[in-house]
Amino acid sequence: MDTKIENQKGWLFVLPVLILVAFNAIIPLMTVVNYSVQETFGDNLFFFEGLKWFQQVLASERFHHALGRQLLFTFIILAIEIPLGVAIALAMPRKGGWVSVCLVLMALPLLIPWNVVGAMWNIFALPEIGLLGKTLNEMGIDYNYTREPFAAWITLIAMDVWHWTSLVVLLAYAGLSSIPDAYYQAAKIDGASSWAVFRYIQLPKMRHVLTIAVLLRFMDSFNIYTEPSVLTGGGPGNATTLLSIDLVKVALGQFDLGPAAAMSIIYFLIILLLSWIFYTVMTGKRGEP
Amino acid sequence: MARITLDNLRHSYMANPKGPADYALKQLDVTWEDGGAYALLGPSGCGKTTLLNIISGLLRPSEGRVLFDGDDVTDEPPVARNIAQVFQFPVVYDTMTVYDNLAFPLRNRGIPERDVKARVEVIAAMTDLTEMLPKRAAGLTADGKQKISLGRGLVREDVNVIMFDEPLTVIDPHLKWQLRSKLKELHTRIQRTMIYVTHDQTEALTFADRVVVMHDGYVVQIGTPVELFERPHHTFVGHFIGSPGMNVLACQVENGKAFFDGHPVTVDNPPAGSLQGKQTEIGIRPQFVRFGDDGIPVEIAKVSDAGRYRIVDARHGQSRINLLVAEDADIPASGARVSFDAAQTRLYADGWLVE
Repeated sequence: MDTKIENQKGWLFVLPVLILVAFNAIIPLMTVVNYSVQETFGDNLFFFEGLKWFQQVLASERFHHALGRQLLFTFIILAIEIPLGVAIALAMPRKGGWVSVCLVLMALPLLIPWNVVGAMWNIFALPEIGLLGKTLNEMGIDYNYTREPFAAWITLIAMDVWHWTSLVVLLAYAGLSSIPDAYYQAAKIDGASSWAVFRYIQLPKMRHVLTIAVLLRFMDSFNIYTEPSVLTGGGPGNATTLLSIDLVKVALGQFDLGPAAAMSIIYFLIILLLSWIFYTVMTGKRGEP
Repeated sequence: MARITLDNLRHSYMANPKGPADYALKQLDVTWEDGGAYALLGPSGCGKTTLLNIISGLLRPSEGRVLFDGDDVTDEPPVARNIAQVFQFPVVYDTMTVYDNLAFPLRNRGIPERDVKARVEVIAAMTDLTEMLPKRAAGLTADGKQKISLGRGLVREDVNVIMFDEPLTVIDPHLKWQLRSKLKELHTRIQRTMIYVTHDQTEALTFADRVVVMHDGYVVQIGTPVELFERPHHTFVGHFIGSPGMNVLACQVENGKAFFDGHPVTVDNPPAGSLQGKQTEIGIRPQFVRFGDDGIPVEIAKVSDAGRYRIVDARHGQSRINLLVAEDADIPASGARVSFDAAQTRLYADGWLVE
C-alpha cells in the first residue's frame, strides 16, 4: 500500500514569493508584451497588430542610431572604467589608517542620487558659470556641451567615469585584499617583477570580481537614463539620445505605446544576450587545460 | 653558499615596543654554518616563521644585523639574497601550467630555456610531478600544489639557503615520509644549507643534523638530536623533546645540595655559586628513573603500554614523575620508591641549566 501522504499545503509556503515575483516582474513584463502586439487610439480600445511594431522598430533608422550611440557609450565607459578602477585599486594602501579614508572617498560618488549627479555636472560644466566650463573657456578651449555634440559626449563620459569608477575600484580592491600575503612573499622569493605579480597573481585572483564588475557596469551603462537625461536631455539635437532616452521619448513624449513596448522588449533581449555573452566569455576560460 | 649569521637580532611587530613581551624575537645570536641541515623546532607562536622571514629578507628586523658570509644584507631584498623558501600552505600560480610554475624562478632570472627545461625535469621527477607538467596548476589537489611549491623552492641550484616553513602540513602522511626522506637525500647530494621549520619533534630529529630549539622568542638550545636529548640546556627543551618529556621537579638547594621535598637528590651539575632568589628545578628523563627499595616514595597513578616499554605515571604529593620501564618488569603494587640516575639528573635555575 502506498503510504505516501499527499499534502498540498506546501504550496502555501511558496505563495508569498510567487505573488511578489508576479507583481514586480511577470505582470509588468506581460503588460509590455501585451502592448507590443496591439494598437490603440485611446478610449482603452486595442487592436491586435501581431509583430508589426517589432518589424517597424527593427527597421527604423532612429532605433539603429540610438542603439549605435548606446553601444559606443557602453564600450567607451567600460574601456575607461575597468582599467582605471583596477589601477586605482592597485594604488590604494592595503594596511593602516588610510585604508578607511580611501574607501570612504571612493564610496562617496556612489552615494549621491543619480539625478543629483546629473544636475551637479550640468551646472559644473556650464560654459558661462560652471567651474569646469568657465575654466576651460578662459583657457581658450572652446567648450560648450549644450551646443557641441563632441563636448556633450566628453562631459557625459566624464560624468559616468566620475560616478561609477568607484564601483570597479571597490570590487577590485576586495579581490586584491583576499590574496594571502604568502603569494606576494613567494613572488618576491621567486624574483618576480611587479608586472609578473600583476599578471600571474593579482589579475587571476581578481578575475571573479572583475567579471561581476564588467557585468554590472555593462548592464547599468546600457540602461543609463537619469544622468544623461538631466545633463543633456539627449541633446544637442539627438547627439546623446541613448536607447533609454529614446524609449522614454517614444513612450511618454509621443505616447506610442505599441512601438515603445516592442522597443522595450528588444532592448531587454539585447541586454540579456550581451550579458550572457560577457558571462560565458569571462568564466569560460576555467575549463581550459 | 654562505654562512649565515644573525647578530644581536631582535624583532617586534609593534612600532614602539616597550618591554620584552612586545618582542616576537628576543635577542638572537645564531650562526648557521654553510651546508648544514638545520631544523628549527618550537611550539606554534614561538617566532619560527618570523625568524625565517628575517633570514629571507621578507621582514626587516627591528634591531640587529643579518650577515651572509660576513656581508651585511639586513637591508637587501629577498632577490638579492639568493635564497629559496617554501611556505606552509601551497602557493601556486593558478593560470600557469605545472611546468611554467616550476620554471618561473629560473625564467625570472633570465636562465636560457634549455637549462630551464633540464632543471624542471629533474625537479619534477623528484617531486613526482612529471605526469602533471602540462596540466594547469589550478586543477591539482592540495598535495599536488604543495609539491609544486616545494619544487619551486628546489629548482634553483645556486641558492645560499633553502628554507622550509612547515612544508608538509597539508601533505598526506604516507607522502610525508617519502618527501622528507627525499629532502634529506637531496641535502646529502647538493650540500646546501637547509632550514626546516617544524613543531613536530620527529620531523625535526629525522631531518636535521642540528636542531635549533626556540621558545617564546628565544633560541634556547642548538645541538645535535643526541645533545638535545641528553643534555637539555633549558627545561623547555627537556620537556618538548622526548616522549614523554623530561620530568621537571621543583627543588630546594642548600649548601650546594639539591633536595626534592626533603629528599636529597644527587645532581650531575652541583651549583658552584649561590642560586639565592632563583626558582630551582631538577630535570630527569623518564628513561633514567628507577624503582628501588629506597628513594622517594610515590603512588602509581597510571601505567600505559607504549609497545616495547611501559610508561608509569607516578605521583609524589602534587608532583608527577614519569618512568619508563621494560615490558616485563615488575611494578610494585604499593610502597613504591623511585631513585634517579645521578649522572642524568640535572639542576636548573629559572629554567636554565646550572653551569
